[in-house]
Amino acid sequence: MKKQQIAQIASYFGLGFGHFILGHKLQGAILFCVELIVIFFNLAFIKGIWGLITLGETVQKMDGFSVTQGDHSIFLLVDGVLMLGLLVIILIIYIYNISSVKHIIKDNLQVLPPLKFFKNIYENYFVALILIPAGILFLLFTLMPLIITVLIAFTNYSAPDHIPPRNLVDWVGFKTFTNFFSMPLWSSTFFRVGIWTIVWAISSTFTCYFGGLCLSLILKRKDILFKKVWRTIFILPWAIPDFVSLLVFRLLFSGVGPLNTLLEQLIGFKIHFWSDPILAKITIVLINMWLGVLYFMVMVSAALTNIPADICEAADVDGANAIRKFWNITLPILLLQTSPIIILTFAMNFNNFNSIFLLTNGGPVDSSLQYAGHTDILITWLYKLTLQQNQYNISSVISLLLFVFLAIVSFLQLSKTKSFKEGE
Amino acid sequence: MKVLERIVIYAFLILCSLLVILPILWIVISSIQPSSSLYSSSFIPKGFTLKHFYTIFTETNFPLWYLNTLKIALINMVVSVSITTLAAYAFSRYRFAFKKNIMTSILLLQMFPSFIAMTAIYIIMTKLSLLDTYLGLLLVYLAGQLPYNTWLVKGYLDRIPKELDEAAKIDGAGHFTIFLKIIFPLARPIVVLLATTNFIAPWFDYISPSILLRTSSKKTLAVGIFEWISGFANDNFTQFASASLLVAIPITILFILLQKHIVEGLTQGAVKS
Repeated sequence: MKKQQIAQIASYFGLGFGHFILGHKLQGAILFCVELIVIFFNLAFIKGIWGLITLGETVQKMDGFSVTQGDHSIFLLVDGVLMLGLLVIILIIYIYNISSVKHIIKDNLQVLPPLKFFKNIYENYFVALILIPAGILFLLFTLMPLIITVLIAFTNYSAPDHIPPRNLVDWVGFKTFTNFFSMPLWSSTFFRVGIWTIVWAISSTFTCYFGGLCLSLILKRKDILFKKVWRTIFILPWAIPDFVSLLVFRLLFSGVGPLNTLLEQLIGFKIHFWSDPILAKITIVLINMWLGVLYFMVMVSAALTNIPADICEAADVDGANAIRKFWNITLPILLLQTSPIIILTFAMNFNNFNSIFLLTNGGPVDSSLQYAGHTDILITWLYKLTLQQNQYNISSVISLLLFVFLAIVSFLQLSKTKSFKEGE
Repeated sequence: MKVLERIVIYAFLILCSLLVILPILWIVISSIQPSSSLYSSSFIPKGFTLKHFYTIFTETNFPLWYLNTLKIALINMVVSVSITTLAAYAFSRYRFAFKKNIMTSILLLQMFPSFIAMTAIYIIMTKLSLLDTYLGLLLVYLAGQLPYNTWLVKGYLDRIPKELDEAAKIDGAGHFTIFLKIIFPLARPIVVLLATTNFIAPWFDYISPSILLRTSSKKTLAVGIFEWISGFANDNFTQFASASLLVAIPITILFILLQKHIVEGLTQGAVKS
């Protein structure tokens, strides 16, 4: 048997073996280090997978005052996902190991001196190198939380009976989903909060867009004086941290706030902005305009300058008046151009935690809803479900529904943008 | 007719400006009022004092929180600009396997609000022993801004002609030199936008630090102030107003200075053409 064939077979048995036989020692040594890590930590891998399957078997025991620690199901779950992820990476390295030996044999690659070897890697794998930090961040803090959330939806991780470390958590299949939809209290709360979330996201996006459009159309006119001054004033809300301005508004509109003091002097009675459900909702949308109009003002202004002048001139020749010109030409082009940011703003408002949490904290209270108030949107409801009520499995189910909805909406829109299309 | 139209327009602009300025003015006036409660606050100043600012600096950890936030903001700005622009550069200029799929999944997954995943992130941070550390908080910020900003910056980089890179390549410039000497300077508006938003994020964010940081000396400004006033905002309203001003002033100045760049970066990166 030829040396090449032996090397190829050896590459199937261990990382770097093939490279050693062919004399590519540096590459072989690097791959062999990975192999050593796998061998050294094999117990951790096995335990990780065991934990992921069983979610722990020993319950914490209380004997008088001494506590014997049991298994922490959720930590086991996270460990398991982490180990599974590492195994996938090792599998990719293993496949690379085999194909690399094949490549060396086929193209009869020469052994490179170390310096040249690393330079070669830098030249050929530059993309991979600059994507490593972003990739690690993405895998660990975007993808992994998502996977864990998905997995939790299939467990019974919830208060009061299944909270580690005191109790174990078990896989329950689709039971959380079926429970969620069959229990009237949960499903009706989800339905009502969901409707308000959609109403809120649409109305807040629409009001801000409309306001921004008005301001930018006015500021576009040639006969307006002090354009810079107006712009700077309208941009101010952007510069103030939103948690500050929202808290300020909560106090400004509160029962004892200056607005009500003023109203009492002027019209003789107070308006309780935060205690009437309908009024509270309207107030939130209006306050959100204060924060959001200028974003659209800036974006629409930019889009307006992009509209080709010759289209408008052609319309002038046809004798169209200003209003018809706006409705038939400017507005459609504008809507088309700004559609990605409309969708993004919609998605952002859908999850606009701060505006609701800091203004009303979901209130006024509604006793017919499960842990939610009149103005709660899905995300603030989720906040209460996880951080206050510890209903992790149900909130995972809701998060998933929310995510699927938003992902579909935004994908349909963003996939049409230029930035996306040039990914070919 | 023309005159009437002008009057209506200017009246509208003045009304809008008043709506924007009045709440801000109310806070400025309240911060220098001698009385302390919300009940007695009004739009008309009734005196002048700086004692609230003095109280904040002497009786709370305000300077410490300020410094903490500044530190986090600066690191977040530098690191996220480097990571994000590099990633965007890779997606804009190189071809590699599964590029389209990776782009799609990044766009989809960023719709999963990092806040929903906070429970999972909390557990991961516990496992990695990064709970109650700035590193943990920074990692959350860095990862959170990554997908959207990569997409935004990539859109901008796509507009820079590829001929420039090729010319530089012929002159013997390496991968990194092209990025640093050609792409990065040309992408200045979007880099300024990226730097500003990432610098500002820690000043604005309340949720992540309130969940991830435990020790009181490590708190950021948003958490510190919110927890400090949440109990007695009505009674110590004027102190809250002063604290709000202290948070908002540096950011406002920064924003007005960089206004041109921010607007340019935002509009060129995201608007469809």
